[in-house]
Amino acid sequence: MSDGKEIKISVKNLKKSIGDLDVLKDISIDVSEGEVVVVIGPSGSGKSTFLRCLNRLEEVDSGSIIVNGIDITSKETDINKVRENIGMVFQHFNLFNNLNVMDNMTLAPVELKKCSVAEAKERAERMLEKVGLSEKQEAFPSQLSGGQKQRVAIARALCMQPDIMLFDEPTSALDPEMVGEVLNVMKNLASDGMTMVIVTHEMGFAREVAHRIVFLDGGYIIEEGTPGVLLLNPREKRTRDFLDKVL
Amino acid sequence: MVRIITVYGGMLLEAMGRTLILALLGLFFACIIGLFFGILSVVKSRICNVIAQIFVDIIRGVPMIVLAFFIYFGIPYLLNTIIGGHNMTLTALQAGTACLALNCGAYMSEIIRAGIQSVDIGQMEAARSLGLPYGVSMRKVVLPQAIRTMIPSIINQFIITLKDTSILSVIGFPELVNTAKNVQANTFMSFQTWAIVGVMYLFVITILSRNAKMVERKLNVGR
Ligand SMILES: Nc1ncnc2c1ncn2[C@@H]1O[C@H](COP(=O)(O)OP(=O)(O)OP(=O)(O)O)[C@@H](O)[C@H]1O
Ligand SMILES: [Mg+2]
Repeated sequence: MSDGKEIKISVKNLKKSIGDLDVLKDISIDVSEGEVVVVIGPSGSGKSTFLRCLNRLEEVDSGSIIVNGIDITSKETDINKVRENIGMVFQHFNLFNNLNVMDNMTLAPVELKKCSVAEAKERAERMLEKVGLSEKQEAFPSQLSGGQKQRVAIARALCMQPDIMLFDEPTSALDPEMVGEVLNVMKNLASDGMTMVIVTHEMGFAREVAHRIVFLDGGYIIEEGTPGVLLLNPREKRTRDFLDKVL
Repeated sequence: MVRIITVYGGMLLEAMGRTLILALLGLFFACIIGLFFGILSVVKSRICNVIAQIFVDIIRGVPMIVLAFFIYFGIPYLLNTIIGGHNMTLTALQAGTACLALNCGAYMSEIIRAGIQSVDIGQMEAARSLGLPYGVSMRKVVLPQAIRTMIPSIINQFIITLKDTSILSVIGFPELVNTAKNVQANTFMSFQTWAIVGVMYLFVITILSRNAKMVERKLNVGR
C-alpha cells in the first residue's frame, strides 16, 4: 500500500546474526506513512530482532534501514535523534521502576529539551487521558496492573510525539482480561494515522487493524499481504501450517 | 584503666578523629574510583571491561599491607630514580588515602557492577528507545535502581575500610592503633589499652551500621 504516500521505513537486504545463529538472513520491506504492519511468525523466527533493528537496539550485520530518509545503520547517524521519532513498546512494559507515572512520561521530553517542564506535564496529562489513566499520575509502576502499565508505556512513548511506533508483543505478558484495553488504545492510535509495526499473536486484532501482515520464518519474509489474503488464502504452505496452529 | 582514660583519653580520641578522617578521605575517593571502574565493567566495550577486570584482579590479589608499602616507599623511590632527585616523598596521609581508595575502590567497583547488572536490561533499553543517551539513562534510570540493591554491600564495605585503616599504622600514620601502641609502651598496660581501643572501634562502627539501617529503610520507601 504505497499509494503515493511517503515511505517512512525502508529496509533493504537486512542481515543479522546473533552468535553463530543467522537470525535474519535477507529482509527487505517498505512501510509507508500511516500504514499498520503486523509481523507474525513462529517463536524464535526473529520477529523481535527485526523490530529491534528498526531503532538500532540491535546493530545489523549488513543491509540498510532508512527511517524518515536517514540511514540508521550508518555510523555517522546520531541514533538518539532518530529514536526520538520512533516510539517502542515492549512485551514487559519496562516502565522506569524508580519513577512515578508522571515522571516516567516527562523524563525524556524534559531531558532532551523537547519542551518546558510545564509543557511536558501538560502533554503527559493529555496522553494519560487518551489511555484512560488520568487518575494514576502519582502512582508508581509497582502499583499498576499489567494492562495499566502497558497503557502508560504507550502514553510515555507518545509523549515524545513520535511518527512511528514499534510494538513487540505488547499483550503477551497480560492476563486475558487486560488484553482488550491495550488493543483498544492501539486501535485508536492506528485510526489517528500513526505508522505502526506490530509483532503480535493477536490474530483478531491483526485482521481488524492491519493494512498488511508479514509472515516471518527461518530468517526470511515468507509471505506478505492484506489480512484478507494472508490469513484466509495464504499462498505458501509454511504460512498455512503456521496459521493452522495459531488460529 | 582509669589512669589510661584520664591521661591518654584525649590522645586516643584525637587518634580516632584522624582514623575517621583517613577513612572518610579514602571512602570518598573509593566511591569515585568504584563508580568509574564499575561503569567501565558494564559498558558495551570489551577493552573497557578487561581494563576494569585487571584493576580489580590486581587489587584483590595484593595484600593491603603490601599495597601500602608499595605506595608509601615504592612510588616515591621510583619517581626519584626516574627524575633523579631525592626530595619526592608522600606523607603517610596521602599514601594511606591512596591505599584505602584503591583497595576499597576495587571492591566498590565490583559492588557497583553487580548492582547495575541486577537492574533489568529492559530499563536501559526503554530509556534508550526514547532517545535518551547512555549517560542520562544510566544516571536517571539504572543507577537509582541499582543503588537500592547496593546499599547493604556498600555499607559493609565502608565498615571494612574503616577497620582497614589500622593496617596503615605500618606506614606510620598516627591513627588509633599506632597511637595505642605508644600508650601501651608508656604504660605497660596492654590489656587495658587494647580493650579500650577495641571498644572505641566497636562504638563507632555500631553507630555507623545503625544509621545505615535507617538510610536503607528510607530508600525503600515508595518501592
Ligand atoms: N541475546 C541473545 N543471545 C543469543 N541468542 C539470541 C539472543 N536474542 C535472540 N536470540 C536468538 O535469536 C533468535 C530470534 O530471536 P527473537 O527474539 O528475535 O525471536 P522472536 O521471533 O521474537 O521469538 P518470540 O516469538 O519467542 O518472541 C532465537 O532463536 C533466539 O534464541
Ligand atoms: Mg520476540
